[in-house]
Amino acid sequence: MVDPRTSIVEERLGRIGRIIAVSSGKGGVGKSLVATTLALALARKGSKVGLFDLDFTSPSTHIILGAGDAKPREEKGLLPPIVCGLKYMSLMYYTGDEAAPLRGMDTSNALIELLAVTIWGKLDFLVIDMPPGIGDAVLDLIRLVRNTEFLVVTTPSQLAFETVKKFVMLLKEMNIRVLGVVENMKMNSGDGIRGRTEELGIPFLGEIRYDPKVEEAIGKEARLLETAIAQKVKELAETWLSENV
Amino acid sequence: MHEWALAEAVIAATTDIAEKQKLKRVREVTVKIGELQQVEREIFVFALKQLKPFSLEKTQFRVTRGRTKLKCRACGNAWIFQKAKLNAETAEAIHFVPEVAHTYIKCSRCGSPDFEFSEGRGVWIENVKGER
Repeated sequence: MVDPRTSIVEERLGRIGRIIAVSSGKGGVGKSLVATTLALALARKGSKVGLFDLDFTSPSTHIILGAGDAKPREEKGLLPPIVCGLKYMSLMYYTGDEAAPLRGMDTSNALIELLAVTIWGKLDFLVIDMPPGIGDAVLDLIRLVRNTEFLVVTTPSQLAFETVKKFVMLLKEMNIRVLGVVENMKMNSGDGIRGRTEELGIPFLGEIRYDPKVEEAIGKEARLLETAIAQKVKELAETWLSENV
Repeated sequence: MHEWALAEAVIAATTDIAEKQKLKRVREVTVKIGELQQVEREIFVFALKQLKPFSLEKTQFRVTRGRTKLKCRACGNAWIFQKAKLNAETAEAIHFVPEVAHTYIKCSRCGSPDFEFSEGRGVWIENVKGER
């Protein structure tokens, strides 16, 4: 018995310039906000960008974007709708406001299904909002999409960084490109995370100060782009755009 | 027409299998479609015919339906999926991503969403016959 879907994944993603998975060892570090603002910042600079929410059990990018009623269109596959200038895909389109109680095998199957049937077309960037941790989604992405680059988000918390450390070391061992670590929700002037990241031989991409205005900006694209996260992420986007030239 | 994307996957997988098994000619491919995904067989078969590359020109694709068996992990209850019990919107969601069945279907005995598809989840290739 052969699952045919994995054979088509490479072709489905074949016209995408760069695939950036925004990940973290821990939940609640602002990964979805970083992924969403990164996608928006790249699109505002004129790139063709997709945003793919792979956090199946706790999707939130649709709330951050304030995605309206647009739905994927069925045409020889699923065509993602355009939301805030992004080609956007999420399992939320098929679960609505209900919970998705998925075990590992189900997560894996849903991920492969969406990779196999979503027609992204030509994109400069596909930004993926990953679920927290080192689980099925990360392993499947590495297995099926070898050119994925990981952007890792942490907070100043030692608890968050401990899992981030394990995560980036694993990626390094597997020869997966790690773009670097971003420290989110910074509230003091310490540079412990910077030092510890650099000790691992991973680029430290910067810190994002804790911004209480983020909560009010959720669902409002223009205000979202004014937040501290968006400002920092814009700098990263500019760097990657210049690399792409 | 989401069937088209699944048919493309079957063609790509058949080509991969033929290469791996060093088949000079692929005579027959048996494809099963599980009831759960509600793939339109006619559209799927048509797409397979349209998408066949030259190397598979004479390959016969045998497409048959298979029942979907579900088994509750909480109480062990086993049952057969029945599309008729779903409303149109739910059926469509499961058609696109069968795993969202866990959102809408519950074990008929204990009400748990924690069940497995023991058989007939989606589309799979059962057999590839050919000559080396």
